[in-house]
Amino acid sequence: MGQTITQKILAAHCGKETVEAGELISAKLDLALGNDITAPIAIREFEKIGAPTVFDKERVALVPDHSTPNKDIKSAELVKIMREFSRKHDIKYFFEIGKMGVEHTLLPDEGLVGPGDVIIGADSHTCTYGALGAFSTGVGSTDLGCAMALGETWFKVPETIKFVYYGKMPKWVSGKDLILYTIGKIGVDGALYCSMEFTGEAIREMGMAGRFTMCNMAIEAGGKNGIIEPDEITMAYIKGRLKRDYKIYKSDADAVYKDIIEIDVSKLEPIVSFPHLPENARPISESTHIKIDQSVIGSCTNGRIEDLRVAAEVLKGHKVHPDVRLIVIPATQEIFLQSIKEGLTEIFVEAGAAVSTPTCGPCLGGHMGVLAAGERAVATTNRNFVGRMGSSKSEVYLANPAIAAASAVLGRLGSPEELS
Amino acid sequence: MLKGTVHKYGDNVDTDVIIPARYLNTTDPKELASHCMEDIDPDFVKNVKPGDIIVAEDNFGCGSSREHAPISILASGISCIIANTFARIFFRNALNTGLPILECPEAVAGISNGDTVEVDIAEGKITNVTTGKTYQAKPFPPFMRELIEVGGLVNYAKAKLGY
Ligand code: SF4
Repeated sequence: MGQTITQKILAAHCGKETVEAGELISAKLDLALGNDITAPIAIREFEKIGAPTVFDKERVALVPDHSTPNKDIKSAELVKIMREFSRKHDIKYFFEIGKMGVEHTLLPDEGLVGPGDVIIGADSHTCTYGALGAFSTGVGSTDLGCAMALGETWFKVPETIKFVYYGKMPKWVSGKDLILYTIGKIGVDGALYCSMEFTGEAIREMGMAGRFTMCNMAIEAGGKNGIIEPDEITMAYIKGRLKRDYKIYKSDADAVYKDIIEIDVSKLEPIVSFPHLPENARPISESTHIKIDQSVIGSCTNGRIEDLRVAAEVLKGHKVHPDVRLIVIPATQEIFLQSIKEGLTEIFVEAGAAVSTPTCGPCLGGHMGVLAAGERAVATTNRNFVGRMGSSKSEVYLANPAIAAASAVLGRLGSPEELS
Repeated sequence: MLKGTVHKYGDNVDTDVIIPARYLNTTDPKELASHCMEDIDPDFVKNVKPGDIIVAEDNFGCGSSREHAPISILASGISCIIANTFARIFFRNALNTGLPILECPEAVAGISNGDTVEVDIAEGKITNVTTGKTYQAKPFPPFMRELIEVGGLVNYAKAKLGY
Protein backbone atom coordinates (compact mmCIF):
# COMPACT_ATOMS: atom_id res chain seq x y z
CA MET A 1 0.00 0.00 0.00
CA GLY A 2 1.28 3.47 -0.86
CA GLN A 3 2.39 6.00 1.74
CA THR A 4 1.78 9.74 2.03
CA ILE A 5 4.65 12.20 2.34
CA THR A 6 3.82 12.55 6.05
CA GLN A 7 3.95 8.77 6.61
CA LYS A 8 7.27 8.52 4.75
CA ILE A 9 8.93 11.27 6.78
CA LEU A 10 7.70 9.82 10.08
CA ALA A 11 8.76 6.29 9.07
CA ALA A 12 12.26 7.50 8.19
CA HIS A 13 12.56 9.17 11.61
CA CYS A 14 11.56 6.12 13.63
CA GLY A 15 13.65 3.59 11.73
CA LYS A 16 10.80 1.86 9.92
CA GLU A 17 9.99 1.13 6.30
CA THR A 18 6.39 2.20 6.61
CA VAL A 19 4.01 3.45 9.30
CA GLU A 20 0.23 3.19 9.49
CA ALA A 21 -2.26 5.88 10.46
CA GLY A 22 -3.10 5.54 14.14
CA GLU A 23 0.24 3.90 15.02
CA LEU A 24 2.11 5.36 18.01
CA ILE A 25 5.78 5.97 17.23
CA SER A 26 8.81 7.63 18.76
CA ALA A 27 10.52 9.84 16.17
CA LYS A 28 13.94 11.49 16.11
CA LEU A 29 13.80 15.28 15.91
CA ASP A 30 15.73 17.56 13.57
CA LEU A 31 14.78 20.67 15.50
CA ALA A 32 12.90 21.65 18.66
CA LEU A 33 11.63 25.21 19.08
CA GLY A 34 10.41 27.37 21.94
CA ASN A 35 9.43 31.02 22.39
CA ASP A 36 9.34 33.46 25.31
CA ILE A 37 5.93 32.23 26.48
CA THR A 38 6.47 28.47 26.18
CA ALA A 39 10.23 28.02 26.68
CA PRO A 40 10.39 29.14 30.32
CA ILE A 41 7.99 26.32 31.31
CA ALA A 42 9.87 23.89 29.03
CA ILE A 43 13.13 24.84 30.73
CA ARG A 44 11.56 24.23 34.16
CA GLU A 45 10.42 20.76 33.02
CA PHE A 46 13.78 20.06 31.36
CA GLU A 47 15.51 20.80 34.65
CA LYS A 48 13.24 18.38 36.51
CA ILE A 49 14.47 15.56 34.27
CA GLY A 50 18.05 16.10 35.40
CA ALA A 51 19.75 15.76 32.00
CA PRO A 52 23.14 17.55 32.09
CA THR A 53 22.46 19.37 28.81
CA VAL A 54 20.31 19.43 25.67
CA PHE A 55 20.47 16.57 23.14
CA ASP A 56 22.12 18.79 20.52
CA LYS A 57 22.92 22.46 20.98
CA GLU A 58 22.50 23.12 17.25
CA ARG A 59 19.03 21.56 17.14
CA VAL A 60 17.29 23.67 19.72
CA ALA A 61 16.00 27.08 18.63
CA LEU A 62 14.81 29.65 21.15
CA VAL A 63 13.06 32.75 19.83
CA PRO A 64 11.87 35.57 22.08
CA ASP A 65 9.17 37.06 19.83
CA HIS A 66 5.82 37.21 21.61
CA SER A 67 6.27 39.94 24.22
CA THR A 68 9.41 41.49 22.85
CA PRO A 69 11.07 43.95 22.97
CA ASN A 70 10.09 43.18 26.57
CA LYS A 71 6.69 44.76 27.14
CA ASP A 72 6.76 44.64 30.94
CA ILE A 73 8.83 43.41 33.87
CA LYS A 74 7.28 39.95 33.97
CA SER A 75 7.96 39.43 30.26
CA ALA A 76 11.53 40.60 30.76
CA GLU A 77 11.95 37.94 33.46
CA LEU A 78 10.70 35.23 31.07
CA VAL A 79 13.10 36.26 28.30
CA LYS A 80 15.88 36.35 30.87
CA ILE A 81 15.21 32.69 31.72
CA MET A 82 15.62 31.81 28.01
CA ARG A 83 18.73 33.90 27.61
CA GLU A 84 20.45 32.43 30.66
CA PHE A 85 19.51 28.89 29.67
CA SER A 86 20.87 29.52 26.16
CA ARG A 87 24.17 30.80 27.54
CA LYS A 88 24.50 27.98 30.04
CA HIS A 89 23.89 25.27 27.45
CA ASP A 90 25.59 27.11 24.59
CA ILE A 91 22.42 27.01 22.47
CA LYS A 92 23.50 28.10 19.01
CA TYR A 93 20.15 29.43 17.84
CA PHE A 94 18.96 31.85 20.49
CA PHE A 95 17.81 34.93 18.62
CA GLU A 96 18.43 38.07 20.65
CA ILE A 97 16.37 41.23 20.14
CA GLY A 98 17.79 42.98 17.10
CA LYS A 99 18.49 39.68 15.38
CA MET A 100 15.13 38.11 15.89
CA GLY A 101 11.82 37.80 14.16
CA VAL A 102 8.52 36.00 14.43
CA GLU A 103 9.66 32.39 14.88
CA HIS A 104 7.83 30.72 12.00
CA THR A 105 9.13 33.23 9.48
CA LEU A 106 12.57 33.45 11.03
CA LEU A 107 13.48 29.74 11.21
CA PRO A 108 12.86 28.92 7.52
CA ASP A 109 14.60 32.15 6.45
CA GLU A 110 17.59 31.31 8.66
CA GLY A 111 17.81 27.88 7.02
CA LEU A 112 17.04 25.91 10.17
CA VAL A 113 14.19 23.86 8.69
CA GLY A 114 14.23 21.89 5.46
CA PRO A 115 12.49 19.24 3.37
CA GLY A 116 12.10 15.85 5.05
CA ASP A 117 12.70 17.16 8.60
CA VAL A 118 10.71 16.25 11.69
CA ILE A 119 10.29 19.35 13.84
CA ILE A 120 8.33 20.15 16.95
CA GLY A 121 7.80 23.56 18.45
CA ALA A 122 6.09 24.69 21.59
CA ASP A 123 3.89 26.92 19.50
CA SER A 124 0.83 25.81 17.63
CA HIS A 125 1.85 27.42 14.32
CA THR A 126 4.95 25.24 14.06
CA CYS A 127 2.97 23.51 11.30
CA THR A 128 4.16 26.37 9.03
CA TYR A 129 7.32 24.50 7.95
CA GLY A 130 5.27 21.89 6.13
CA ALA A 131 5.45 24.37 3.26
CA LEU A 132 9.00 23.09 2.71
CA GLY A 133 7.96 19.44 2.73
CA ALA A 134 8.83 18.86 6.38
CA PHE A 135 6.69 17.23 9.06
CA SER A 136 6.32 19.87 11.72
CA THR A 137 3.77 20.27 14.45
CA GLY A 138 3.01 22.25 17.57
CA VAL A 139 3.29 20.76 21.04
CA GLY A 140 3.24 22.04 24.60
CA SER A 141 6.05 23.09 26.90
CA THR A 142 6.45 19.74 28.67
CA ASP A 143 6.81 18.06 25.28
CA LEU A 144 9.50 20.59 24.37
CA GLY A 145 11.28 20.20 27.72
CA CYS A 146 11.44 16.42 27.29
CA ALA A 147 12.37 16.71 23.61
CA MET A 148 15.31 18.97 24.51
CA ALA A 149 16.57 16.16 26.75
CA LEU A 150 15.71 13.15 24.58
CA GLY A 151 16.00 14.40 20.98
CA GLU A 152 12.87 12.47 20.15
CA THR A 153 9.19 12.54 20.89
CA TRP A 154 6.05 10.41 20.50
CA PHE A 155 3.51 10.86 17.75
CA LYS A 156 0.34 9.20 16.64
CA VAL A 157 0.68 8.82 12.87
CA PRO A 158 -2.12 10.96 11.43
CA GLU A 159 -4.55 10.15 8.65
CA THR A 160 -4.21 12.56 5.74
CA ILE A 161 -6.80 14.69 3.97
CA LYS A 162 -5.69 15.77 0.50
CA PHE A 163 -6.74 19.18 -0.78
CA VAL A 164 -6.49 19.75 -4.52
CA TYR A 165 -6.62 23.37 -5.66
CA TYR A 166 -7.13 23.80 -9.38
CA GLY A 167 -7.70 26.74 -11.72
CA LYS A 168 -6.01 30.14 -12.04
CA MET A 169 -5.93 32.45 -9.05
CA PRO A 170 -7.82 35.72 -9.62
CA LYS A 171 -6.10 39.04 -8.84
CA TRP A 172 -5.90 39.82 -5.08
CA VAL A 173 -6.62 36.18 -4.20
CA SER A 174 -3.71 34.62 -2.28
CA GLY A 175 -2.72 31.60 -0.22
CA LYS A 176 -4.46 33.28 2.72
CA ASP A 177 -7.77 33.26 0.88
CA LEU A 178 -7.39 29.62 -0.11
CA ILE A 179 -6.80 28.55 3.47
CA LEU A 180 -9.55 30.76 4.94
CA TYR A 181 -11.96 29.41 2.32
CA THR A 182 -10.87 25.84 3.13
CA ILE A 183 -11.35 26.33 6.88
CA GLY A 184 -14.76 27.86 6.13
CA LYS A 185 -15.64 24.78 4.16
CA ILE A 186 -14.47 22.07 6.61
CA GLY A 187 -14.74 23.94 9.95
CA VAL A 188 -12.28 24.58 12.77
CA ASP A 189 -12.19 20.88 13.62
CA GLY A 190 -12.59 19.67 10.02
CA ALA A 191 -9.08 18.21 10.00
CA LEU A 192 -8.83 17.29 13.71
CA TYR A 193 -5.76 15.05 14.33
CA CYS A 194 -5.21 14.87 10.53
CA SER A 195 -2.45 15.85 8.19
CA MET A 196 -3.55 18.39 5.53
CA GLU A 197 -1.74 17.84 2.25
CA PHE A 198 -2.06 20.79 -0.13
CA THR A 199 -1.68 19.95 -3.83
CA GLY A 200 -2.86 20.95 -7.28
CA GLU A 201 -1.86 23.41 -9.97
CA ALA A 202 -2.71 26.49 -7.89
CA ILE A 203 -0.23 25.33 -5.23
CA ARG A 204 2.45 24.48 -7.84
CA GLU A 205 2.18 28.04 -9.16
CA MET A 206 2.13 29.64 -5.73
CA GLY A 207 5.28 31.23 -4.29
CA MET A 208 6.75 30.20 -0.94
CA ALA A 209 5.07 33.06 0.94
CA GLY A 210 1.58 31.79 0.08
CA ARG A 211 2.59 28.21 0.84
CA PHE A 212 3.88 29.18 4.29
CA THR A 213 0.61 31.03 4.94
CA MET A 214 -1.46 27.97 4.05
CA CYS A 215 0.52 25.49 6.13
CA ASN A 216 0.62 28.03 8.99
CA MET A 217 -3.15 27.87 9.34
CA ALA A 218 -3.55 24.06 9.20
CA ILE A 219 -3.92 24.20 12.99
CA GLU A 220 -6.93 26.48 12.53
CA ALA A 221 -8.76 23.49 11.03
CA GLY A 222 -7.56 21.28 13.90
CA GLY A 223 -4.84 19.77 11.71
CA LYS A 224 -1.72 18.13 13.08
CA ASN A 225 0.40 19.36 10.20
CA GLY A 226 0.05 21.02 6.82
CA ILE A 227 2.36 19.80 4.09
CA ILE A 228 3.30 20.56 0.47
CA GLU A 229 5.58 18.40 -1.67
CA PRO A 230 8.86 20.14 -2.46
CA ASP A 231 9.41 21.34 -6.05
CA GLU A 232 11.62 23.84 -7.92
CA ILE A 233 10.09 26.74 -5.98
CA THR A 234 11.05 25.03 -2.69
CA MET A 235 14.56 24.35 -4.01
CA ALA A 236 15.03 27.95 -5.10
CA TYR A 237 14.00 29.13 -1.62
CA ILE A 238 16.27 26.82 0.40
CA LYS A 239 19.27 27.38 -1.87
CA GLY A 240 21.90 29.35 -0.02
CA ARG A 241 19.84 29.29 3.18
CA LEU A 242 19.52 25.72 4.43
CA LYS A 243 22.20 24.85 6.96
CA ARG A 244 21.65 21.07 7.02
CA ASP A 245 21.20 18.14 4.62
CA TYR A 246 17.72 17.49 3.42
CA LYS A 247 15.73 14.71 1.83
CA ILE A 248 12.79 15.01 -0.52
CA TYR A 249 9.76 12.81 0.04
CA LYS A 250 6.67 12.62 -2.12
CA SER A 251 3.34 10.87 -1.67
CA ASP A 252 2.84 7.64 -3.61
CA ALA A 253 0.17 7.65 -6.29
CA ASP A 254 -1.67 4.92 -4.38
CA ALA A 255 -1.29 6.53 -0.93
CA VAL A 256 -4.36 6.20 1.27
CA TYR A 257 -6.30 9.37 2.11
CA LYS A 258 -9.08 9.87 4.61
CA ASP A 259 -10.68 12.27 2.17
CA ILE A 260 -9.85 14.20 -1.01
CA ILE A 261 -11.33 17.68 -1.35
CA GLU A 262 -11.16 19.60 -4.64
CA ILE A 263 -11.43 23.36 -4.79
CA ASP A 264 -11.70 25.51 -7.91
CA VAL A 265 -9.73 28.67 -7.07
CA SER A 266 -10.71 30.54 -10.23
CA LYS A 267 -14.13 31.25 -8.71
CA LEU A 268 -12.82 32.65 -5.43
CA GLU A 269 -12.59 36.25 -4.29
CA PRO A 270 -10.64 37.49 -1.27
CA ILE A 271 -12.07 36.00 1.95
CA VAL A 272 -12.69 37.58 5.34
CA SER A 273 -13.18 35.41 8.44
CA PHE A 274 -15.66 37.03 10.79
CA PRO A 275 -15.49 36.89 14.60
CA HIS A 276 -15.02 34.73 16.56
CA LEU A 277 -13.82 31.69 14.60
CA PRO A 278 -11.64 31.35 11.50
CA GLU A 279 -14.36 29.16 9.96
CA ASN A 280 -16.73 32.14 9.62
CA ALA A 281 -15.40 32.83 6.12
CA ARG A 282 -17.21 35.20 3.75
CA PRO A 283 -16.26 36.75 0.43
CA ILE A 284 -15.09 40.37 0.66
CA SER A 285 -18.02 41.53 -1.49
CA GLU A 286 -20.37 40.49 1.32
CA SER A 287 -18.26 42.14 4.03
CA THR A 288 -18.03 45.79 3.00
CA HIS A 289 -20.50 47.02 5.65
CA ILE A 290 -18.05 46.38 8.50
CA LYS A 291 -16.40 49.56 9.83
CA ILE A 292 -12.97 49.11 11.41
CA ASP A 293 -10.82 50.92 13.98
CA GLN A 294 -7.52 49.16 13.33
CA SER A 295 -5.73 47.23 10.63
CA VAL A 296 -2.75 44.99 11.39
CA ILE A 297 -0.42 43.71 8.69
CA GLY A 298 2.16 41.21 9.93
CA SER A 299 2.49 37.98 11.98
CA CYS A 300 3.80 34.52 11.15
CA THR A 301 0.92 34.21 8.70
CA ASN A 302 1.46 37.29 6.53
CA GLY A 303 4.53 39.26 7.60
CA ARG A 304 6.80 38.28 4.70
CA ILE A 305 8.32 40.69 2.20
CA GLU A 306 5.83 39.48 -0.45
CA ASP A 307 2.99 40.46 1.90
CA LEU A 308 4.49 43.89 2.53
CA ARG A 309 4.93 44.42 -1.21
CA VAL A 310 1.23 43.75 -1.80
CA ALA A 311 0.26 46.08 1.04
CA ALA A 312 2.53 48.83 -0.29
CA GLU A 313 1.16 48.41 -3.81
CA VAL A 314 -2.35 49.01 -2.45
CA LEU A 315 -1.38 51.87 -0.11
CA LYS A 316 0.84 53.81 -2.51
CA GLY A 317 -0.57 57.30 -3.04
CA HIS A 318 -3.30 56.80 -0.42
CA LYS A 319 -3.75 57.89 3.17
CA VAL A 320 -4.97 55.77 6.05
CA HIS A 321 -8.59 56.67 6.91
CA PRO A 322 -8.77 59.21 9.79
CA ASP A 323 -10.72 56.75 11.97
CA VAL A 324 -8.24 53.89 11.50
CA ARG A 325 -4.86 52.96 13.02
CA LEU A 326 -2.76 50.94 10.58
CA ILE A 327 0.07 48.93 12.14
CA VAL A 328 2.63 47.23 9.89
CA ILE A 329 5.02 44.69 11.40
CA PRO A 330 7.70 43.05 9.23
CA ALA A 331 8.14 39.50 10.53
CA THR A 332 11.94 39.52 10.77
CA GLN A 333 14.85 41.96 10.85
CA GLU A 334 15.87 40.77 7.37
CA ILE A 335 12.40 41.56 6.02
CA PHE A 336 12.39 44.89 7.88
CA LEU A 337 15.65 45.85 6.18
CA GLN A 338 14.46 44.66 2.78
CA SER A 339 11.28 46.70 3.20
CA ILE A 340 13.40 49.80 3.84
CA LYS A 341 15.63 49.11 0.83
CA GLU A 342 12.67 48.63 -1.49
CA GLY A 343 11.03 51.85 -0.31
CA LEU A 344 8.05 50.03 1.18
CA THR A 345 8.57 51.42 4.68
CA GLU A 346 8.45 54.93 3.24
CA ILE A 347 5.12 54.18 1.56
CA PHE A 348 3.71 52.87 4.85
CA VAL A 349 4.85 55.85 6.90
CA GLU A 350 3.68 58.35 4.29
CA ALA A 351 0.28 56.68 4.23
CA GLY A 352 0.08 57.20 7.99
CA ALA A 353 0.93 53.72 9.27
CA ALA A 354 2.83 52.86 12.43
CA VAL A 355 5.69 50.55 11.45
CA SER A 356 7.11 48.37 14.22
CA THR A 357 10.16 46.26 14.90
CA PRO A 358 9.46 42.52 14.44
CA THR A 359 7.20 41.08 17.17
CA CYS A 360 4.05 38.98 17.57
CA GLY A 361 2.68 41.91 19.60
CA PRO A 362 -0.95 42.58 18.65
CA CYS A 363 -1.53 39.17 17.05
CA LEU A 364 -2.16 37.68 20.49
CA GLY A 365 -3.29 40.87 22.19
CA GLY A 366 0.07 41.24 23.88
CA HIS A 367 1.21 44.77 23.05
CA MET A 368 1.78 47.13 20.10
CA GLY A 369 -1.88 47.53 19.18
CA VAL A 370 -4.22 46.00 21.75
CA LEU A 371 -7.96 46.61 21.17
CA ALA A 372 -10.37 48.35 23.56
CA ALA A 373 -13.93 47.12 24.22
CA GLY A 374 -16.15 47.67 21.20
CA GLU A 375 -13.26 48.07 18.76
CA ARG A 376 -12.87 46.14 15.54
CA ALA A 377 -9.71 45.21 13.66
CA VAL A 378 -8.97 43.64 10.33
CA ALA A 379 -5.77 41.61 10.61
CA THR A 380 -3.57 39.43 8.43
CA THR A 381 -3.08 37.17 11.46
CA ASN A 382 -4.57 33.71 11.96
CA ARG A 383 -6.97 33.75 14.92
CA ASN A 384 -10.06 35.80 15.71
CA PHE A 385 -11.12 34.14 18.96
CA VAL A 386 -12.88 36.14 21.69
CA GLY A 387 -10.34 38.55 23.21
CA ARG A 388 -7.53 37.44 20.89
CA MET A 389 -6.35 40.99 20.18
CA GLY A 390 -7.37 42.61 23.44
CA SER A 391 -10.72 43.23 25.15
CA SER A 392 -13.13 40.29 25.23
CA LYS A 393 -15.60 42.75 23.71
CA SER A 394 -13.43 43.56 20.67
CA GLU A 395 -13.59 41.88 17.27
CA VAL A 396 -11.00 40.61 14.78
CA TYR A 397 -11.63 39.99 11.07
CA LEU A 398 -9.00 37.87 9.31
CA ALA A 399 -7.96 38.77 5.77
CA ASN A 400 -5.06 38.94 3.32
CA PRO A 401 -2.63 41.91 3.22
CA ALA A 402 -4.30 43.55 0.19
CA ILE A 403 -7.66 43.60 1.98
CA ALA A 404 -6.10 44.79 5.25
CA ALA A 405 -4.37 47.64 3.40
CA ALA A 406 -7.42 48.65 1.35
CA SER A 407 -9.65 48.50 4.44
CA ALA A 408 -7.24 50.80 6.30
CA VAL A 409 -7.80 53.42 3.59
CA LEU A 410 -11.56 52.87 3.27
CA GLY A 411 -12.27 52.83 7.02
CA ARG A 412 -14.28 49.65 6.52
CA LEU A 413 -13.67 46.21 5.07
CA GLY A 414 -13.13 46.52 1.34
CA SER A 415 -11.11 45.50 -1.66
CA PRO A 416 -8.25 47.30 -3.44
CA GLU A 417 -10.55 47.50 -6.44
CA GLU A 418 -12.59 50.12 -4.59
CA LEU A 419 -9.60 52.49 -4.42
CA SER A 420 -9.25 54.79 -7.40
CA MET B 1 -12.45 8.20 42.14
CA LEU B 2 -13.10 11.82 41.15
CA LYS B 3 -16.33 13.57 42.11
CA GLY B 4 -17.61 17.09 41.59
CA THR B 5 -20.09 19.56 40.18
CA VAL B 6 -20.20 20.02 36.40
CA HIS B 7 -19.38 23.26 34.58
CA LYS B 8 -20.70 22.70 31.07
CA TYR B 9 -19.62 24.48 27.87
CA GLY B 10 -20.24 24.14 24.12
CA ASP B 11 -18.03 23.64 21.06
CA ASN B 12 -14.56 25.06 20.37
CA VAL B 13 -13.62 26.33 23.83
CA ASP B 14 -10.28 27.81 22.76
CA THR B 15 -7.09 28.39 24.72
CA ASP B 16 -7.51 32.18 24.43
CA VAL B 17 -10.71 32.04 26.50
CA ILE B 18 -9.30 29.41 28.88
CA ILE B 19 -6.38 31.71 29.69
CA PRO B 20 -6.14 34.98 27.73
CA ALA B 21 -2.70 35.97 26.38
CA ARG B 22 -2.69 39.10 28.55
CA TYR B 23 -1.92 36.82 31.51
CA LEU B 24 0.82 34.79 29.82
CA ASN B 25 3.55 36.92 31.34
CA THR B 26 3.50 34.56 34.31
CA THR B 27 3.94 30.81 34.71
CA ASP B 28 2.63 30.70 38.30
CA PRO B 29 -0.25 28.17 38.41
CA LYS B 30 -2.17 30.03 41.17
CA GLU B 31 -2.04 33.33 39.32
CA LEU B 32 -3.06 31.66 36.05
CA ALA B 33 -5.92 29.92 37.83
CA SER B 34 -7.26 33.26 39.06
CA HIS B 35 -8.05 34.17 35.40
CA CYS B 36 -9.14 30.74 34.19
CA MET B 37 -12.10 30.82 31.74
CA GLU B 38 -12.46 34.57 32.40
CA ASP B 39 -13.50 35.55 28.85
CA ILE B 40 -16.12 32.82 28.43
CA ASP B 41 -17.43 32.50 32.01
CA PRO B 42 -16.44 35.40 34.26
CA ASP B 43 -17.97 33.66 37.31
CA PHE B 44 -16.06 30.39 36.82
CA VAL B 45 -13.27 31.29 39.24
CA LYS B 46 -15.82 32.32 41.87
CA ASN B 47 -17.92 29.17 41.49
CA VAL B 48 -15.37 26.40 40.98
CA LYS B 49 -14.72 24.06 43.91
CA PRO B 50 -11.92 21.49 44.26
CA GLY B 51 -12.88 18.30 42.42
CA ASP B 52 -15.31 19.97 40.00
CA ILE B 53 -15.52 18.66 36.44
CA ILE B 54 -15.64 20.47 33.09
CA VAL B 55 -17.89 18.95 30.44
CA ALA B 56 -17.75 20.34 26.89
CA GLU B 57 -18.76 19.44 23.37
CA ASP B 58 -16.46 19.38 20.31
CA ASN B 59 -12.81 20.43 19.93
CA PHE B 60 -12.10 21.51 23.53
CA GLY B 61 -8.81 23.42 23.88
CA CYS B 62 -8.39 24.45 20.26
CA GLY B 63 -5.97 27.22 19.39
CA SER B 64 -2.56 27.85 20.83
CA SER B 65 -0.12 25.37 22.36
CA ARG B 66 0.02 27.25 25.66
CA GLU B 67 0.38 24.74 28.48
CA HIS B 68 -0.85 27.56 30.69
CA ALA B 69 -4.34 26.36 29.66
CA PRO B 70 -4.31 22.91 31.31
CA ILE B 71 -2.12 24.31 34.12
CA SER B 72 -4.69 27.02 34.95
CA ILE B 73 -7.59 24.53 34.78
CA LEU B 74 -5.79 22.07 37.05
CA ALA B 75 -4.80 24.81 39.52
CA SER B 76 -8.38 26.12 39.61
CA GLY B 77 -9.39 22.83 41.24
CA ILE B 78 -10.90 21.04 38.24
CA SER B 79 -10.28 17.31 38.58
CA CYS B 80 -11.17 16.12 35.07
CA ILE B 81 -12.52 17.20 31.67
CA ILE B 82 -15.04 15.19 29.66
CA ALA B 83 -15.66 16.25 26.05
CA ASN B 84 -16.82 14.90 22.70
CA THR B 85 -13.37 15.64 21.26
CA PHE B 86 -10.23 17.54 22.27
CA ALA B 87 -7.94 19.62 20.07
CA ARG B 88 -4.75 17.62 19.64
CA ILE B 89 -2.16 19.87 21.30
CA PHE B 90 -4.44 20.32 24.31
CA PHE B 91 -4.85 16.54 24.43
CA ARG B 92 -1.05 16.07 24.59
CA ASN B 93 -0.62 18.87 27.10
CA ALA B 94 -3.28 17.45 29.40
CA LEU B 95 -1.66 14.00 29.38
CA ASN B 96 1.79 15.51 29.88
CA THR B 97 0.77 17.71 32.81
CA GLY B 98 -1.40 15.14 34.57
CA LEU B 99 -4.85 16.64 33.89
CA PRO B 100 -7.24 13.71 33.35
CA ILE B 101 -9.37 13.96 30.20
CA LEU B 102 -11.95 11.63 28.73
CA GLU B 103 -13.67 11.56 25.34
CA CYS B 104 -17.27 10.40 25.69
CA PRO B 105 -20.02 11.97 23.54
CA GLU B 106 -22.76 9.90 25.24
CA ALA B 107 -21.81 11.27 28.66
CA VAL B 108 -21.61 14.83 27.31
CA ALA B 109 -25.13 14.48 25.91
CA GLY B 110 -26.43 13.08 29.19
CA ILE B 111 -24.84 15.57 31.60
CA SER B 112 -26.18 19.06 32.34
CA ASN B 113 -24.59 22.08 33.93
CA GLY B 114 -24.68 21.72 37.71
CA ASP B 115 -25.03 17.92 37.78
CA THR B 116 -22.86 15.93 40.17
CA VAL B 117 -20.61 13.49 38.34
CA GLU B 118 -18.26 10.73 39.45
CA VAL B 119 -15.37 9.52 37.29
CA ASP B 120 -13.18 6.43 37.49
CA ILE B 121 -10.25 7.41 35.29
CA ALA B 122 -8.55 4.01 35.20
CA GLU B 123 -11.75 2.32 34.05
CA GLY B 124 -13.06 5.25 31.99
CA LYS B 125 -16.34 4.95 33.87
CA ILE B 126 -18.49 8.08 34.24
CA THR B 127 -21.51 8.21 36.57
CA ASN B 128 -23.99 11.05 36.56
CA VAL B 129 -24.93 10.95 40.25
CA THR B 130 -27.78 13.42 39.64
CA THR B 131 -29.55 11.22 37.07
CA GLY B 132 -28.12 7.84 38.06
CA LYS B 133 -26.95 7.07 34.50
CA THR B 134 -23.49 5.62 33.74
CA TYR B 135 -21.29 5.95 30.66
CA GLN B 136 -18.15 4.26 29.35
CA ALA B 137 -15.40 6.48 27.83
CA LYS B 138 -12.99 5.32 25.12
CA PRO B 139 -9.97 3.68 26.78
CA PHE B 140 -6.50 5.19 26.23
CA PRO B 141 -4.01 3.17 24.16
CA PRO B 142 -1.41 1.33 26.33
CA PHE B 143 1.40 3.88 25.74
CA MET B 144 -0.76 6.76 26.91
CA ARG B 145 -1.92 4.77 29.94
CA GLU B 146 1.74 4.22 30.78
CA LEU B 147 2.32 7.99 30.54
CA ILE B 148 -0.55 8.64 32.95
CA GLU B 149 0.60 5.87 35.30
CA VAL B 150 4.17 7.18 35.61
CA GLY B 151 2.76 10.65 36.27
CA GLY B 152 3.40 12.41 32.97
CA LEU B 153 6.05 12.85 30.34
CA VAL B 154 8.80 14.23 32.59
CA ASN B 155 8.86 11.03 34.66
CA TYR B 156 8.76 9.01 31.47
CA ALA B 157 11.79 10.90 30.10
CA LYS B 158 13.62 10.49 33.41
CA ALA B 159 13.12 6.74 33.33
CA LYS B 160 14.16 6.56 29.69
CA LEU B 161 17.40 8.44 30.35
CA GLY B 162 18.01 6.52 33.58
CA TYR B 163 17.94 9.51 35.99
S1 SF4 C 1 2.54 35.93 15.10
FE1 SF4 C 1 0.73 35.35 16.28
S2 SF4 C 1 0.21 33.30 15.67
FE2 SF4 C 1 2.30 33.70 14.95
S3 SF4 C 1 3.64 32.91 16.55
FE3 SF4 C 1 3.27 35.05 17.00
S4 SF4 C 1 1.47 35.08 18.38
FE4 SF4 C 1 1.57 33.06 17.41
